[in-house]
Amino acid sequence: MDYLRAFIVGGTICLIGQILMDKTNLTPARILVSFVTAGVILGAIGIYEPIVEYGKAGATVPLPGFGYSLAKGTIKEVEKYGLIGAFTGGIKATSAGIAAAIFFGYLMAIIFNPKAKS
Amino acid sequence: MEHTNEERLKKEFQDMVKKSAPSSNFLKDCLAAFVVGGFICVIGQFVMNFFIGLGIPKEDVGYYVATIMVFLGAFLTGLGVYDNIGKFAGAGSIVPITGFSNSIVAPAMEFKREGFVFGVGAKMFVIAGPVLVYGISSSVIVGIIYYIINLFK
Amino acid sequence: MGEKRVGEQTIAFKNPPSIISTAAIAGPKEGEGPLRDYYDVILQDDLFGEESWEKAESKMQKEAVRLALEKLKIDEKDIDYIFAGDLLNQLMASSLAARDYKIPFFGLYGACSTLTESMSLASMAVDGGYADYVIASTSSHFCSAERQFRFPLEHGNQRPPTSQWTVTGAGAAVISSKGNGPYITYVTTGRVVDFGIKDANNMGAAMAPAAADTILRHFKDTGRTNKDYDLIITGDLGKVGMELTLDILKKQGFDMSTNYSDCGVKVFDLTQQDVHSGGSGCGCSAIVFCGYLYKQIMEGNLNKILLISTGALLSPTSTMQGESIPGIAHAVAIERGV
Repeated sequence: MDYLRAFIVGGTICLIGQILMDKTNLTPARILVSFVTAGVILGAIGIYEPIVEYGKAGATVPLPGFGYSLAKGTIKEVEKYGLIGAFTGGIKATSAGIAAAIFFGYLMAIIFNPKAKS
Repeated sequence: MEHTNEERLKKEFQDMVKKSAPSSNFLKDCLAAFVVGGFICVIGQFVMNFFIGLGIPKEDVGYYVATIMVFLGAFLTGLGVYDNIGKFAGAGSIVPITGFSNSIVAPAMEFKREGFVFGVGAKMFVIAGPVLVYGISSSVIVGIIYYIINLFK
Repeated sequence: MGEKRVGEQTIAFKNPPSIISTAAIAGPKEGEGPLRDYYDVILQDDLFGEESWEKAESKMQKEAVRLALEKLKIDEKDIDYIFAGDLLNQLMASSLAARDYKIPFFGLYGACSTLTESMSLASMAVDGGYADYVIASTSSHFCSAERQFRFPLEHGNQRPPTSQWTVTGAGAAVISSKGNGPYITYVTTGRVVDFGIKDANNMGAAMAPAAADTILRHFKDTGRTNKDYDLIITGDLGKVGMELTLDILKKQGFDMSTNYSDCGVKVFDLTQQDVHSGGSGCGCSAIVFCGYLYKQIMEGNLNKILLISTGALLSPTSTMQGESIPGIAHAVAIERGV
């Protein structure tokens, strides 16, 4: 059941991205930026939470989920530590993803060379 | 007179271009994005369930999922597979966190020939940098607003 | 007014220079295309034994020049000038190649119009009496262009159907006062034309108005029409740009549907090779002309052609600053006999 929900929720979020790409000429970079920002906003006003509860990985793996984690982490830290939490919370909550991307990015660059497309 | 005539010609041509441009295969693109995007999330779900099964606390399991998914995206990019998935799936492989990973690894690999500091180190963030800038900045704003609202409660 | 000028933008050569030799080097994907039998060399590998795409592109250009000279049995030191260009920042491929031959060098940037730009200037130098042997050479490389103008190669993005595929290839032509053709008889230098197209994924559309403008100007200046040529061929408009050009010319009263083509459409098999609208880049018209068309003229299958290389004069900076794409097209009339 988890899997079916993850498939449908995750697929739908990607489908929205595809519609934006085909119909509005938004470049992939702009899609990523808007999806993360949308995730932050939807997370902050409490709309993304129920989507995560329903879709689990289907909602956390796509980039709005990254934004949702940023918002959720920030709010949690503000509650705990006050204003400084606005600066510490977001990155703490997403630290694994960011550090992994930087580290593995570097590692792959050492190991592999780009290949020409055919 | 000459000027308005030229403007009219340009307008006419732009309409002509709009009409002539072959449209992408919209339904196929959407289906591919839905299926591949959904499938990547199913893998994420599998990773999540696996670590929950190992007894990792629920609030920490997200770290594991993010790390593994980022690794998968990075590795497939290194092997030269992710760009082919992307060609087929479009947003289906751009929007998941594996796509974020791809957007870091691809320039890192590409600019290796310009050195490891200003090539790999600096160019890594050409696509993903803005994502972090806007994501983190907006979350800081959210935190500040949340703090101010709490002051008045 | 200069005594050799006709009309507003055209030169009619008094002593038409000959194209005495050409050479074309094509990348692996181009080597699978319909014109594969006409290239001098087909690369097995996009890196061509070098460490980077840029250096590979430079080596292709150097090899094309070397091959073109080899066919003539004349020496590098007999060459008076080389006019060369490519798509890379500061003409990296041409400059690095030129470092190795000791020939006076003019570097040109005309985006993908560089082939006919360099041929035009080379012919002027020859007919003007300033040179006896001049080389015109250009190159482009899919991988080096992609990383400079678009995305890193391994980035998983989707290309829209109007997009084009930068040709990996280099071509060189030796233009001389001594020789028996094929002759360059007319040169029509294009103006920069911009009809407000901003989509960098639809360069065919951005360049089509410039191509049409130069073709019409050529007809007007010389009094010729499309019927005077066996083939009128544009550089890299692709399928989309080619159809737009045909439309514009038809509205001006020239029905060119029977003898008009585009190098970007010829160089790939559009149905099989996943290149969307067709080929592009300096190398596109370079390998199609220096490989295919030149041999067709030599064998007598074509007698009179009008070659119009087309360029989209955009830069990554101009695109990011929201500028539309300026187009340019230069026409060169090439004839078997005068």
